Amino acid sequence: MLRFLIKGVFRDRSRSLFSIIVITLIVALTVLIRGFMAGIFDDVFRQSAVIFAGHVKVTTRAYAEESDLLPNDLAILGSDSLVAALSEEYPDMFWTPRILFAGLLDIPDEQGETKEQGPMMGFGLDLHSPGSRMVEIWELERKLTRGRLPERPAEVLLGETYAHRLGVEPGDVATFIGASMYGGFVTYNFHVAGTVSLGITGIDKNMLIADLRGVRMALDMQDAAGEIVGYSHDMFYDDEGSVALAVNFNEHVPNPENEFSLVMQALRDHTQMGAMVDISEYAIGLVLFIFMAVTVVVLWNMGLMNGLRRYGEFGMRLAMGETKGHVYRTTLGEAVVIGIAGSFIGTAVALPLVWYLQEIGLDYTGLFEGMTFVLSSIIRARITPDCYYLGFIPGVLATVAGTMLSGRGIYKREMSQLFKELELEA
Amino acid sequence: MDDNHIVEIRELVKRYPVGGGHFTALRDVTTDVVVGEFTGLVGPSGSGKTTLLNIIGGLDAPSEGSVTVLDMPLGGKNHKELAHLRREGIGFIFQTFNLLPVYTVFENVEFPLLLMGMNGEDRRSAVNQALEWVDLMDKVKSRPAQLSGGECQRVAIARAIVKKPKLIIADEPTANLDAENSHNVMGLMVNLNRELSTSFMFATHDEKVMGYLTRIIHLIDGRIDEDEQVSKPKYREGK
Ligand SMILES: Nc1ncnc2c1ncn2[C@@H]1O[C@H](COP(=O)(O)OP(=O)(O)OP(=O)(O)O)[C@@H](O)[C@H]1O
Ligand SMILES: [Mg+2]
Repeated sequence: MLRFLIKGVFRDRSRSLFSIIVITLIVALTVLIRGFMAGIFDDVFRQSAVIFAGHVKVTTRAYAEESDLLPNDLAILGSDSLVAALSEEYPDMFWTPRILFAGLLDIPDEQGETKEQGPMMGFGLDLHSPGSRMVEIWELERKLTRGRLPERPAEVLLGETYAHRLGVEPGDVATFIGASMYGGFVTYNFHVAGTVSLGITGIDKNMLIADLRGVRMALDMQDAAGEIVGYSHDMFYDDEGSVALAVNFNEHVPNPENEFSLVMQALRDHTQMGAMVDISEYAIGLVLFIFMAVTVVVLWNMGLMNGLRRYGEFGMRLAMGETKGHVYRTTLGEAVVIGIAGSFIGTAVALPLVWYLQEIGLDYTGLFEGMTFVLSSIIRARITPDCYYLGFIPGVLATVAGTMLSGRGIYKREMSQLFKELELEA
Repeated sequence: MDDNHIVEIRELVKRYPVGGGHFTALRDVTTDVVVGEFTGLVGPSGSGKTTLLNIIGGLDAPSEGSVTVLDMPLGGKNHKELAHLRREGIGFIFQTFNLLPVYTVFENVEFPLLLMGMNGEDRRSAVNQALEWVDLMDKVKSRPAQLSGGECQRVAIARAIVKKPKLIIADEPTANLDAENSHNVMGLMVNLNRELSTSFMFATHDEKVMGYLTRIIHLIDGRIDEDEQVSKPKYREGK
């Protein structure tokens, strides 16, 4: 019986084909958008984590409270042993110390007089210690525009637009002018090894990336670090895990009242990232919901139109001795078959596209010119595990729901009514 | 119930709600149908022929009175029980054929047997036999759209007869057929009536159909006006 009906479904093009096309489209779109959103949010989180927040970040309590001011006088002392302890305690993450610092960069001419000067935002990263992944996660090799990567502690990279504005070439000297950890006035000569373009306008325009050792010398911060950041090994942000880790860490901090006691924050705690994390989680639900609603309505109407066409068939089947319930259930059964078929095709169509966007990406350089948002200029999608089944939710559920709604007519009508419609057909 | 009776109707009334009140489509109908009868309901349009056939087929419920079909009193029966009665005991033939367009002739005829849960082997032989009856063995694989009106109605007859029901209900079966096909189709039903003792109940306006009936029940305004036994139907040879 079921086979008989399924045979009918696939022979009746007008019934199955249009439904399957609609479902295929919706499912493909769902999967595409899912992959796309996952990719974009990954990108946002990744960039924010790399540049600012880490997946988690340890600072002193006082530093956390005034972090906008980059208060290195409140830095963590004994940071190297703390990194070792963290790595031991939380091996699911890798930990790295860093110093964010601000000041002026002064470019001297041949006589040593100031040629150009500009405000600078510095990142002191652990570029060189064995096993450090900073070059990798900052993608410095790929983003290098001129020169080479730093090799010695005093060598630095400048943002491409920054270097351009200051008229600095790789090989030039750039003098840092600022305050030491203890508040004293310091100058330090950095050597520009190369320039990089992160693709983020607001950062590139005054960025300096230096090796942590050089920055420690410049700021007189031996064995100190403003922050210690932790990243998951695969670099994907796990919100729940990170928040739980931070909570766990903070519970075990001795005398948390002390302003120099340590505090851990997750990416979510960093300025607006919390809202972003929430959006990333709700967005796919919202998209699914909207697609479900659209699909239900479309298929409902389609079912109604089909139903009108099929009342003759239903009437005949009832006359042959089929029960209303059986007619209704087999109609739902057909919907499930059509839904599964459409979902399969839709998913199969979308996955290669998502895969392409994952591997190759979509370059939209220039499209969002001047956007202060932390986004790279190549959008990549990601095939999340749920890409494989997510499309079946609107594909099958909505098809069945739409059929359920349109099929109510079978129950609502008096049998003789359905039956009489036979006579009107002809 | 008399062993010989396939349908017993007592003081049947059928009212349809219309607006605030109701319309009485059948009133005080009392009659019996005997096994093997070839009965026709005739009467003007709106006289209640279809309504009466639908009630006998369990597709519509009486408002008053009792109706017993194939030993089953229909009063108080639920959808399932009525569906069972139709599935096992009654065949339907419609004015508009109502074949399933996406299925072949064979599959259309097979459908009632699938509903009955008959196994594949038995189904095949029953379908083939029914198609032989209506002389459509050469069209087994055709779709309804490829058939003429007369052929469609012959498929419908095969579909009604394939499960060998005791009663076949046919509402205006010739209304969409020309004279030649009407005679052809009626001839087939007469044969089935003779050879299998299948009882037939028609509703018809068609003089040609009337020429085959052994009993004519005249309905006027929902009432039996005349109940006539025809000893020598015009087109029916023998008997
Ligand atoms: N569902 C309904 N609601 C209200 N009135 C109805 C309904 N069904 C039938 N009727 C009325 O009952 C009467 C009998 O209808 P029925 O269909 O039985 O007539 P009929 O004899 O078969 O006519 P025809 O020869 O035109 O087919 C008609 O007046 C019709 O309008
Ligand atoms: Mg009628």
